[in-house]
Amino acid sequence: MRLLPGIPMTLQLAFIASAFGVFFALAAALMQLSGNVVLRSIADFYVFCIRGTPLLIQIFLIYYGMGQFDFIRHSFMWPILREPYWCAIFALMFNTGAYGSQIVRGGLLSVPRGQVEAARSCGMSQVLIYRRIILPLAIRQALPAYGNEVILLLKATSLASIITLMEITGLAAKMISETYRVVEVFLVAGSLYLLINFILSRGVAVLEKRLMRHTAAERPSSRVAARGAA
Amino acid sequence: MSSSALAQPVLQDPDLALAASSADAQLSGQKTAISIRNLHKNFGDVEVLKGIDIDVAEGQVVSILGSSGSGKSTLLRCVNFLESPTMGEITIAGETVRTRPGKNGDLEAADIGQLNRLRSNVGMVFQSFNLWSHKTVLENVMEAPVYVQKRPVAECHDEACAYLEKVGIYDKRFSYPSRLSGGQQQRAAIARSLAMHPKVMLFDEPTSALDPELVGEVLRVMRALADEGRTMLVVTHEMGFAREVSNRVIFLEQGWIEEDGAPETVFGASRSARFRQFIAAQPH
Repeated sequence: MRLLPGIPMTLQLAFIASAFGVFFALAAALMQLSGNVVLRSIADFYVFCIRGTPLLIQIFLIYYGMGQFDFIRHSFMWPILREPYWCAIFALMFNTGAYGSQIVRGGLLSVPRGQVEAARSCGMSQVLIYRRIILPLAIRQALPAYGNEVILLLKATSLASIITLMEITGLAAKMISETYRVVEVFLVAGSLYLLINFILSRGVAVLEKRLMRHTAAERPSSRVAARGAA
Repeated sequence: MSSSALAQPVLQDPDLALAASSADAQLSGQKTAISIRNLHKNFGDVEVLKGIDIDVAEGQVVSILGSSGSGKSTLLRCVNFLESPTMGEITIAGETVRTRPGKNGDLEAADIGQLNRLRSNVGMVFQSFNLWSHKTVLENVMEAPVYVQKRPVAECHDEACAYLEKVGIYDKRFSYPSRLSGGQQQRAAIARSLAMHPKVMLFDEPTSALDPELVGEVLRVMRALADEGRTMLVVTHEMGFAREVSNRVIFLEQGWIEEDGAPETVFGASRSARFRQFIAAQPH
């Protein structure tokens, strides 16, 4: 199967973009929830632009657009920015960051006020409260929706084929141009996405089950205590 | 009224402050655990607290009573700055919380490090328990000692187990809060605040969210704490607790201290018509 070599590229695009995209999402969500008008406006504008335009256009703009600026061409970043690989990752990252920020924001807003007050009354610093109470609770709340977002992102990587990247869809297009067997090739390409996403969604489900133990049926285990003590 | 004697500029000497209060006279000579001075709190145009002065001596168990909307929960929440006072001064174990005017007209802590340090000396038990839902009971109790006070994990673990034993839910230590009854959750919350070795414990209507048959188990734990000589400020509707366990009763009415004294005096023959009316309206 000549499409298989495209899988690593698809996975790389999706996972690198979502790994960095999470930080964009978190930063944008925190900015949107902050009392600071400037920060909030910047984040709102970012989300507005990214959500309001097609990913394909964003990919084109980054790939073709950045070379137009001299200061970018001459910056130390240019060796990276001229690579279609990194352009695709940047576009996917901005994109998932914007959508993800709304999921993270929902998660942050869902954290019960009383649990935060309890943490404050213990004398926890703001950083500690985020680290130990707010983020763990927000992540648990956001996880199902965020898993969905990663799946969407994985499918969106197919657009990177348009800027010459040979991931699954790119290889498929190449094969079709050589063989003219459109249906067969795209059926196989589609099955590959299906398989990857099946594994991905199972992974999210397992993670969710693990993290949501506190809402599940009672299951005393000393392992939990050991983890708490660690 | 005893409290009016305190509506003066700040009394620096805690003994002097105590002597000024007749309710405290019997306890004079002991240190002041908490001192509240000229506390005001507005929510928008509504003046919820209109100048409260209270000194709580170490070992005192103070019940704060009042009809709903009288400001008693707000008063308690102002003590550890969960609510920002509009005006006034809070002194915890001899150290006054440094404040500065905040953006919305209320005070805010000028030194967040100091506030967090003082907060870690003040345990708080909430009406709705507020246990951290993603942590087991044991993790809840160990959290602050380990991460705020940075004490050795093994020590915190053993101590947490001892406190859970004491409130009677040691066997539930690996359970998540959602698996516990309200009474068990509240006892876990009490163990959580005990684990910080607080100098003062604040209870904000600790039994109001509980089914009637679960109230007793929480009150028993609180009575045991009172018997140990812990300093407690308890906002409550439990007249039995106020009468039998606490050694001082404060009745708030429309943001003022309407009555302040020993329970036998206050419940026996209150000078306040409003308080007698309040008591008469309580179910017995």
